[in-house]
Amino acid sequence: MNRINLLFDKKNKNIFSVFCTAGYPQLDKTVSILENLEKSGVDMIEIGMPFSDPTADGPVIQKSNTIAIENGMTIETLFNQIKGIRKTISIPLILMGYINPAMQYGFERFLEMAANCGIDGLIIPDLPLHEYEFFYKEMFEKYKLKCIFLITPQTSEERIRKIDDLSNAFIYVVSTQSITGGSGGFENEQALYFKRLKEMNLKNPCIVGFGIKDKATFEMACSHLNGAIIGSAFINTIENSTDLDTDILNFTKKIIQN
Amino acid sequence: MNESIEFKSKYTVDDNGYYGQFGGAYIPEMLHHNIEELQQKYLKIIYSEKFQTEFKQLLKDYVGRPTPLYFAKRLSEKYGTQIYLKREDLCHTGAHKINNTVGQILLAKALGKTRIIAETGAGQHGVATATVCALMNLPCVVYMGEVDIERQAPNVKRMKLLGAEVRPAKSGSRTLKDATNEAMRDWIANPEDTHYIIGSVVGPHPFPDMVARFQSVISEEIKIQLKDKTGKENPDYVVACVGGGSNAAGAFYHFLNNPLVKLVGVEAAGLGIDSGHSAATTVLGKLGVLHSSKTLFMQTKDGQVVEPHSISAGLDYPGIGPMHAHLFDTQRAIFYSATDDEALAAVKELSMLEGIIPALETAHALAALHKIGAKKEEVVVLNLSGRGDKDLDTYIKAMQL
Repeated sequence: MNRINLLFDKKNKNIFSVFCTAGYPQLDKTVSILENLEKSGVDMIEIGMPFSDPTADGPVIQKSNTIAIENGMTIETLFNQIKGIRKTISIPLILMGYINPAMQYGFERFLEMAANCGIDGLIIPDLPLHEYEFFYKEMFEKYKLKCIFLITPQTSEERIRKIDDLSNAFIYVVSTQSITGGSGGFENEQALYFKRLKEMNLKNPCIVGFGIKDKATFEMACSHLNGAIIGSAFINTIENSTDLDTDILNFTKKIIQN
Repeated sequence: MNESIEFKSKYTVDDNGYYGQFGGAYIPEMLHHNIEELQQKYLKIIYSEKFQTEFKQLLKDYVGRPTPLYFAKRLSEKYGTQIYLKREDLCHTGAHKINNTVGQILLAKALGKTRIIAETGAGQHGVATATVCALMNLPCVVYMGEVDIERQAPNVKRMKLLGAEVRPAKSGSRTLKDATNEAMRDWIANPEDTHYIIGSVVGPHPFPDMVARFQSVISEEIKIQLKDKTGKENPDYVVACVGGGSNAAGAFYHFLNNPLVKLVGVEAAGLGIDSGHSAATTVLGKLGVLHSSKTLFMQTKDGQVVEPHSISAGLDYPGIGPMHAHLFDTQRAIFYSATDDEALAAVKELSMLEGIIPALETAHALAALHKIGAKKEEVVVLNLSGRGDKDLDTYIKAMQL
């Protein structure tokens, strides 16, 4: 059984997920960051594959992408770094990135390598639902990889139902109509949106991302839905870290400890 | 029914938003609602009687259309062929860009949008957008690369004078592609009230098709004017420069179905195709997804976008629109390139021979005239897409004027 499904079988609330950019802040830190995140209580990790033109991302993740590319991170390098990852890490791992680098690597080869490394799912923000259904779905199924889709406050109920139908892992709930790293807190508007989703009784768990930056926003998201993802706030934390073990532990403590 | 809506060609967009294998709408979910709305409504809106009446009126009275088709006698003598210049440089604001912005602002109004954003390279599209926003009293934000803000200073001032806010794009190469990224991010954050006026035949479907349709007035007029002047409506060659490709798309449009009309696109070679400082996409590009469209663009083997180079800010874009990628792929159009130096020489030549100072972008098309091999009796229409006022600083420096 896929590790994402196993996770939600045994825990369906307060899922704590973290996004990190592969090859950031240093090229060779990817694996130790993943190991530290698991050790400090994170339930699931999105590993960002850097792209030169990340149009859905704010300045923090853009910058981490630029630095990771300058550091020499590529899909090939990432697979080399994580090919033995399942010897040390057991939580679900998801690759997240824009479609072009995967296309250039060869999309099927990309999926095959991801599966061989023990990756559980993919989030490709610029792979449209329509293209997925007609061209990519079978490929994902062949390699037993989950494709995770985004929904936003503007996504219609009909489309949410369709995404729920096509999904078999979780739904990535974009909290606000914005790029990543939003600075504002959550307001009544988000509460209503999360509540609306909850009342739809979807078959997939809903994990909130974009704008989750601290304990308050994490808990607010978890009070309505199944969990949340922190990205930019984590990237900021490790930017100048000289002691990743301690800094990562302190960061996660602040989010999940009482 | 309008003739244009019925215009079908294997080189225009298909029902799924593709040109052969190119095109599509590789958008993040955050833009789905907006793009879907556009896809469903754009044809219905732009071919409504109300829209067409207002569009044509504005093109005539405000833009100054039809623009002249001018027989360039001395240039023709020099190249030993019959050269006609389609004078888009005489459009209000100095380039063809305004044909599209007039169309899109009317579309934005029909969609009930109250705020406009745009990207710009040379600043021509930014000025054209700021202009129609002033005309329609809508707030306007233009994203422009920091590098371009510097090298196209007069256009930045013009946009400000017209009431637009110019926001610098500070990421990546700080040129046109980065300005496009920033505009897309703005649109993601403001999907309900904002319309994004893309300036070229790039981006997700339906933008490439929509912009091509608005620009197709260029070839519509060429046919009529050429028939009037020569007795036949089809030239032997149509030549245009290609950055994203909007002026070329407009100049080619109504000739796409006639294989006897040779379509010639001219890209910017920068310092030379193999110099590592170029923007010649059809030579250096590979198939991939850039700015939500599957098309040809310059990239590393790992799929990272390569930063282009051209002396011309309007051609300094790593890709070409999906329609042009398809024209290249099917060999319906031939592509050449011209270097920075060749373009500058062409600026000088047209200025001296015809008393017309062209924009740097347009000069690339002029620089290819000796490459196309047109015979004495053949008719070449060159789309003179913009005037050179905005490039005067560059000309002063390069030519030590």
